Amino acid sequence: MTEVELSPEVSEYTEVHRHPEPKGFIAKWIFSVDHKVIGIQYLLLALVAAFVGMGLSLLVRLRLVWPERSFGILGDLFPVGAPDGVMTPEFYLAMLTMHGTIMVFMVLTTAPQGGFGNYFLPIQIGAADMAFPRLNMLSFWTTFVSFSFLIAAFFVEGGAPMAGWTGYPPLSAVPEAAVQGIGQDLWVVSIAFFCIASLLAALNFIVTTLDLRAKGLTMMRLPLTVWTWFVTAILGLLAFGVLLAAGVLLLMDRNMGTSFFVPGGLVVSDKAIDHSGGSPILWQHLFWFFGHPEVYIAILPGMGVTSHLLATFARKQVYGYKAMVYAIAAIGILGFVVWGHHMFVSGMSPYSAFVFSVLTMCIGVPSAIKTFNWIGTLWGGQIRFTSPMLYSIGFVSLFVSGGLSGIFLGQPTIDLYFHDTYFVVAHFHLIMGVAAIFGMFAGVAFWFPKMFGRWMDEGLGKIHFWCTFIGVYAIFGPMHYLGMLPHPRRYAEFTGVDYLQTGSAGELHYFITIAAMFTITAQFLFLFNFVKSIFAGKPCTEANPWEATTLEWAIPSPPPHDNFGGKVPHIYRGSYDFSLPGAKRDFAMQCNKDEAVYGSAAGGD
Amino acid sequence: MGTGFWAGIVIWLISLAMAIPFITQWWWMPDPITALGREIDRAFMWTLIGTGVIFILAQATLGYAAWKFGRRSGARARDMHGNNKLELIWTSAALVIFVALTLAGFSVWAEVRFIEQRAADPTPDRLVVEVTGQQFVWNMRYAGEDNKFGPVDFLQADDAGGNPVGVDRGHPDGADDIMVPEMRVPVNKEVELILKSKDVLHNFFVPELRIKLDTVPGLVGKLRFTPDTVGKYEIVCSELCGLGHYKMRSFLHVVSAEDYDAWLQEQAEFL
Repeated sequence: MTEVELSPEVSEYTEVHRHPEPKGFIAKWIFSVDHKVIGIQYLLLALVAAFVGMGLSLLVRLRLVWPERSFGILGDLFPVGAPDGVMTPEFYLAMLTMHGTIMVFMVLTTAPQGGFGNYFLPIQIGAADMAFPRLNMLSFWTTFVSFSFLIAAFFVEGGAPMAGWTGYPPLSAVPEAAVQGIGQDLWVVSIAFFCIASLLAALNFIVTTLDLRAKGLTMMRLPLTVWTWFVTAILGLLAFGVLLAAGVLLLMDRNMGTSFFVPGGLVVSDKAIDHSGGSPILWQHLFWFFGHPEVYIAILPGMGVTSHLLATFARKQVYGYKAMVYAIAAIGILGFVVWGHHMFVSGMSPYSAFVFSVLTMCIGVPSAIKTFNWIGTLWGGQIRFTSPMLYSIGFVSLFVSGGLSGIFLGQPTIDLYFHDTYFVVAHFHLIMGVAAIFGMFAGVAFWFPKMFGRWMDEGLGKIHFWCTFIGVYAIFGPMHYLGMLPHPRRYAEFTGVDYLQTGSAGELHYFITIAAMFTITAQFLFLFNFVKSIFAGKPCTEANPWEATTLEWAIPSPPPHDNFGGKVPHIYRGSYDFSLPGAKRDFAMQCNKDEAVYGSAAGGD
Repeated sequence: MGTGFWAGIVIWLISLAMAIPFITQWWWMPDPITALGREIDRAFMWTLIGTGVIFILAQATLGYAAWKFGRRSGARARDMHGNNKLELIWTSAALVIFVALTLAGFSVWAEVRFIEQRAADPTPDRLVVEVTGQQFVWNMRYAGEDNKFGPVDFLQADDAGGNPVGVDRGHPDGADDIMVPEMRVPVNKEVELILKSKDVLHNFFVPELRIKLDTVPGLVGKLRFTPDTVGKYEIVCSELCGLGHYKMRSFLHVVSAEDYDAWLQEQAEFL
């Protein structure tokens, strides 16, 4: 076993049992139990999924602006959905459904948690691996199976499902009501597998955080990244089980003649449907009981990364660390009691709207705490405007913009008008889509030298940031105005609505589509930078190039197989000891004793 | 000029660009045609002001911080750990604003949706229209002369024969029921909608009324409104209902009482 040279930053350590390195390509890179390899596998899956999902959004945008136009290549790829290259309305809905499903599950849920969480949670707490490495491998490969099922839905008879990513029955449950057949079944099966994978992963994250922390690493010294991965795992544990149950019931409704979600007496296209006693609203309750926590599953790790990076690059303590921890916990708890705000106009009891809306407004409090503390962290700092820092600042801006439109939608009175309009599309794309993705960009740019031992191109990174930051605002800003008109969402074309003809909906759509094409093009800069830098980036030989404080920066880049070579550092301080008065340097690593920070006489020079 | 300067400028400009159309109302809601609709607009405006102030404040401060606190050589960042007092003020202010907005809007919500509780009105002088959604049309039913709806069986529906919801024409209550594809109501009279669906979820939405509600198969939903402006308004389906969702629409005609009576007379003669 290769000896790992211990960083001089580590003041003291505990010797632990070492794990032998796996031999052979398959054990090392395919069915690996190493959390770092699994983390990269998750990231690569998310990267592929993100580009597929982005391609689908491009089709959606193209059809909205040029509904009659023929796109030749589409005719070859999808002879049924796009005969002669002209997209049918049902093809539009299928692309929309798959865009939402792929982005929410395969990108927003996998990369922040499965990717970065897997890679860095064990290292940041001083562990050699996750608590259950084999379970971890099983989680990834179950996710991979789930992704394969979802992609397969494109190629079966009838094509991909078109009931939206929310899959509301009866549309999703009664095959006669929609044109798709087995595609919808594959969608449900895919989601069921995804739920199983996420449950296993959640258990692993929780146990790892609670049991495998290094000596001295108390909960209140944890990096905020670890806190968000930990709370996200708890959310996943409680939410995915419910979606799994709902998915199984829906599959039975579709294939086994049960009626959980389909009431009696339905007549579809003059044909009586043989179901009785189910409730379409039951699905909505189950779905959103998962669906709302899911929003936080997507965004919380981004919040953690943002707090972490703002402190690191402003060279400052995280402003109000304790308040940040409480806010993360509060968001987690409140996330479970507000699902009804998706259902104000669903026909559920109007009284429950009171409770759901007041609780929803309460989420404004932890959100306000976070925003205040992020700006507080920047205040009086010595900001280094690296590309990861720019993404993090972008995250804060997007979080504010996307969060505040939620104050409109969280009020049942105003939701009466805005529900299911583009205002909603603008809201959730800004906050859970784009803000979360900025968290991922920040994470990639920040941890790239650690993961691959090479640098990404900083210049390209900055260009990508500016194009994307301006681009996403140009896409989703005008969608609020479409919502004002009010443009209903999930319309394959708006030519059927008179008031959208006389208004300027067409111009807005045109502008948005151009902005989307620009922004999508810019993502290839990122892809190019990412792939090129893995193989030919400038080598990074330093352990701690950013002068950061947490444990991953006390080990070589890239880290050795069992992270610390059997020597787990002791922890002496919180995660963000930047610019301590009297310290020799403007940062103190968590594994630095006071003597190392202040010189031989503790207390300063 | 450093990166921080440009980051600050760009954040300010974007925020301004986002805010201006809301201030100038370039893209706006159509004028409401009910008293409740105007109250909903007021709730919207208060929320716009509240969130607008917070939006500008937060983005401007963020931009300023990026602009102001760039790295200077040799200097150290300030050692700040937090400020509980400021934090408390900012978050309580946010909570008070958000919850106050919500509470203020509740009376309107109750007015729109707490219909069962007011069903005991002594003299229900209101027009009742039954709306049944189906892929991808709206069916409106009026009770006719006797003011009573006949029994309905979707299984007996005959789209081509002009009986899309399967009204029992043999039943005395059903004989004079009027089925039409577009809704016509007299101005300044309260209308109660009974919302149903034959197949999947749909959503009845008239932007000028400012209200919408899903039509749920197996359930009966109710909405009430009193339009005060004559005109033709669009009904757009606002819940994904299948491939023709985008063209599922109809019209609400608000007409004078005389025009309404004449129209009703005309419809009755078709039967």
